[in-house]
Amino acid sequence: MLDWLFASPAERRLLPGGRFRGPTPFVIAIMTFAMMTVAAAGLALSNAASLVVQGIENRYAVQVPAGSRLLPQALAAARSTPGVLKAEPVSEAEMRKTLEQWLGPAGVDDQLPVPALITLDVAEGANLAGIAARVEAAAPGARFIAHREKLEPVLRAIRVLKWLALALVALMAAATSAAVVLAARGALDTHRSTIEVMHGIGATDLQVTHLFQRKIALDSLAGAIAGAIAAGLVLLLLAGGGAAFAGDLMGTTPLRGTDLLILALLPLALVVIATWVARAAVLASLRSAT
Amino acid sequence: MRYGTGAEVLRDLDFRLGRGGFYFLTGPSGAGKTSLLKLLYLAQRPTRGRIQLFGEELSEAPRDVLPSFRRRIGVVFQDFRLVRHLSAFDNVALPLRIARKSEAEVEGPVREMLAWVGLADRASARPATLSGGEQQRVAIARAVISQPEILVADEPTGNVDAEMAGRLMHLFSALNRLGTTVVVATHDVGLIASIPGAQMVRLEHGSMVDPTGSLKNPPPSQGQG
Repeated sequence: MLDWLFASPAERRLLPGGRFRGPTPFVIAIMTFAMMTVAAAGLALSNAASLVVQGIENRYAVQVPAGSRLLPQALAAARSTPGVLKAEPVSEAEMRKTLEQWLGPAGVDDQLPVPALITLDVAEGANLAGIAARVEAAAPGARFIAHREKLEPVLRAIRVLKWLALALVALMAAATSAAVVLAARGALDTHRSTIEVMHGIGATDLQVTHLFQRKIALDSLAGAIAGAIAAGLVLLLLAGGGAAFAGDLMGTTPLRGTDLLILALLPLALVVIATWVARAAVLASLRSAT
Repeated sequence: MRYGTGAEVLRDLDFRLGRGGFYFLTGPSGAGKTSLLKLLYLAQRPTRGRIQLFGEELSEAPRDVLPSFRRRIGVVFQDFRLVRHLSAFDNVALPLRIARKSEAEVEGPVREMLAWVGLADRASARPATLSGGEQQRVAIARAVISQPEILVADEPTGNVDAEMAGRLMHLFSALNRLGTTVVVATHDVGLIASIPGAQMVRLEHGSMVDPTGSLKNPPPSQGQG
């Protein structure tokens, strides 16, 4: 099936000019670099979103009004309700510390009323309305807040960015295909006289196509390897700097093993696409020529 | 037959070539000799009418079918059409390699053929470094290397001296005796006279004139196309 890839020296002499000349290796290298970095960003964003969602999926806050007077009752009600895995009060000191970050010294002023807050982790599929009713019965006016609702706009933005990254990868693959088509047609024009001679003495379209397909496959492979090495270096640099920060934030590395596998397969996929597109373009061009 | 939307360059042609025959195609410049040869070696399709080769109707044959028929035809182009970046050896070897012969099967016959056309010592030379006559001999070697069933030559002796022209016609004649049908387009009356028994097709303004008569009535058992 891949016989066409292994040419004899005589077959290689049919298309002169040597390898790695012309735009194909450079275009593929640039596209591979761009695709890998964009894909890595998209995958890292996706992982970040997943981690955030996992962390807050079943986490809720109960805001108890009127200071901490009703906090013990609300806490007891929450802890005794089926489906509640964990219920912990947020200390006033912690609340004020958080407020200080937003309001400055006024945040730690005793005159500033601070609501009491309970953090709840509930079981998957728990009856949220029932939990809320029990807590509200114990502490009238208590507000039940889903963490996910608060972060939903951020999560939505992350999801949009993830799909944008995917769309960009697809667009770059399409642009690469278009460049390969132009390169293949250019190569056909350059070698038109050789092709005419070959056809005249009995070469099939497929024999002619294999010559160009092989050249573009090897050029693409060289470009993809160069682009992948460059992208790998950039991603390693980022992993040592900005991504380390992201890792600290997320409690794990931004890219998992499967992500690295996907990134490693991208250059290979690009070579396969370029080769297939070149073959289709050359065959179509030969068939339309005569 | 016409090229694009131009006037018809060939019309009202009706003839058969007998298998193993030797034919000269003559006529003034612009008469349509090269166009007729292009139809014969399947480089062009007729815009109307039919062409049968090797017993097959090929006027509207699928494109993928044609290469196998072209491999049975040797062509000496008027402008040689050597691949300029290949050596004389590689140019002559091209038909064998296209027919997927191994390098072991290529080496001997190509060396032998180059020796026969007097270019044994120019095997590695590229066409640009060869004289017109040498290029023509390479083109002829390439056309006959695969022992084609039909040999089509367009002015094959136009760039060679009288001695080489004689040797080439001797080669064509030898191939013809082995069963190859030979069709040679030429202005050279001397060449025509050098092959006794050869038949002649004369073209003028795209039509056949003054055929020898036997062309229209080849022996039925020898009909080729």
